[in-house]
Amino acid sequence: MLEIRWHGRGGQGAKTASQLLADAAFMAGKYVQSFPEYGPERSGAPITAYNRISDERCPVHSNIYEPDYVAVVDETLLESVDVAGGLKEEGAIIVNSSKSPDEIRGLLKGYKGRVCTIDARKISMLCLGAYFPNTPMLAAVVAVSGCVDKKQFLKDMEESYRHKFAKKPQVIEGNLKCLSLSMDSVKG
Amino acid sequence: MSIRERLSGNEAIATAMRQINPDVFAMFPITPSTEIPQYYAQYVADGRVDTEFICVESEHSSLSACLGAEAAGCRAVTATSSAGLSFMNEVLYVAASSRLPVVLAVACRALTGPININHDYSDSMAERDSGFIQIYAENNQEVYDNYLMAHRIAEHPDVRLPLMVCEDGFITSHAIENIELEEDDAVKKFVGEYHPENYLLKAENPLAVGPYGVSNYYMEARVAQAHAMMNAKQVILDVAADFEKTFGRKYGLFEEYMMEDADIALVIMGSSAGTAKTAVDSLRAQGIKAGLIKVRVFRPFPAEEIAKCLVNAKAVAVMDKSEGFSGCGGPLFAEISGAMINEDKRPKIVDVVFGLGGRDFTVKAALSVYDRLIKIAEGGELGQVYSHLGVRT
Repeated sequence: MLEIRWHGRGGQGAKTASQLLADAAFMAGKYVQSFPEYGPERSGAPITAYNRISDERCPVHSNIYEPDYVAVVDETLLESVDVAGGLKEEGAIIVNSSKSPDEIRGLLKGYKGRVCTIDARKISMLCLGAYFPNTPMLAAVVAVSGCVDKKQFLKDMEESYRHKFAKKPQVIEGNLKCLSLSMDSVKG
Repeated sequence: MSIRERLSGNEAIATAMRQINPDVFAMFPITPSTEIPQYYAQYVADGRVDTEFICVESEHSSLSACLGAEAAGCRAVTATSSAGLSFMNEVLYVAASSRLPVVLAVACRALTGPININHDYSDSMAERDSGFIQIYAENNQEVYDNYLMAHRIAEHPDVRLPLMVCEDGFITSHAIENIELEEDDAVKKFVGEYHPENYLLKAENPLAVGPYGVSNYYMEARVAQAHAMMNAKQVILDVAADFEKTFGRKYGLFEEYMMEDADIALVIMGSSAGTAKTAVDSLRAQGIKAGLIKVRVFRPFPAEEIAKCLVNAKAVAVMDKSEGFSGCGGPLFAEISGAMINEDKRPKIVDVVFGLGGRDFTVKAALSVYDRLIKIAEGGELGQVYSHLGVRT
């Protein structure tokens, strides 16, 4: 079983990203859980969302304290939230940042595992013409965790986008380009 | 043929409602149940249902509107949480005593205060004496299945009582998990149409609903209602048997997990039961005879059946996810203690209040309770009979 924790700020779509990852794993035949940790919702406040991905139904319904992977949608959270707390050293943390993994590592309170970065803003602006960090972050988590086969992932996502954007087919190509470019652009 | 899907508990309930297509849905939103009418409104807008969807001004009104519809012979539903359920309090009793089988989805959430939107059972437990049948779920699959069975139980001529389908707020209502859905036609066939024997405006036998009951009649009416609740137990089992035959998933009044030879056991409800099962698995792997009982039907309470299941255990912890403020234990503890009182042989029983206002319940926390039970079973001290888990000092 893979356990993944997402850190973001209210309104940035960390919850949506965790749902998209669950969709991708579901389409690949897995059992999934995607759930947010709720408090009073405020735009910009730190929020956490979680995924469990497994071959059998997972009966546990608690939060995740020792994740295999952590995804940080907003790098400013590194200052205020212990994002690598409990993270397994054989796992990895993926941070949305234009910085290098070495620069980020210094902010992680001694985390010794793999540190990855992805410049979600740059890729999103290039492929989608606007800042949607979810799509690059989703692709980066798939690429780093290997929770879903990359080719299968792209195929499933294309089908999903064709369904989701049936009335806006012009955005499908940009989103698919964003996914594949993101998977190849992870540093670390 | 089942359909492999992934849905939140709220969407699972809304889907079941869509498949059943009730006559009336009177709605008023409150977190975390709001998504249920929200999804349903989309089904109405898309023409997928022909339900009369009424937006009212409060929960008192939403249940009242359901009562009016039910009295007129319609199938009526609504959904709520927390303070919304409390605000329905007066009308809950009217629904039950008028024997109107409304089905009410409850995304269980803490009551104020402090104000909190997260999960515990303080809302539904506060209504345990209202005369509603209450069925609880461990996950989205169970809440969907419970909903498919709900109308048949509530509307059964031996029962005719309203019913709450309870899910854990956020933990189940907002978590997306795999689920097996059933085909629309198969659901419609299983649930069937509602043709009540009597209703308000039946020309050949017009009916008065909600009249004054003088002392000479009131008690007979209440006893008839109590008998209906007792009858519900068998009807719940019969509907579950037909559900298993039709869809293949098995349900009872409660679930026994590794109870056959268990020395130590938790009695627990809802999503926490899944987490505790994982603790049982790890204890069993170490050769420790742990088990658990997951209470699915809280009203009517399966006292004799649970007692039979617990008599051979040595130590039991009742896990209460609502406080109750009795000063001596939560509502589930009171039920279990009552169930055991006339058994000659019975385990030591303690009450553990936990998970209030969304306080997370982990496998580790479950293991800590089992650790305590191991010591009690070995003849150690009982300690505090009534305690609270994981509270900072």
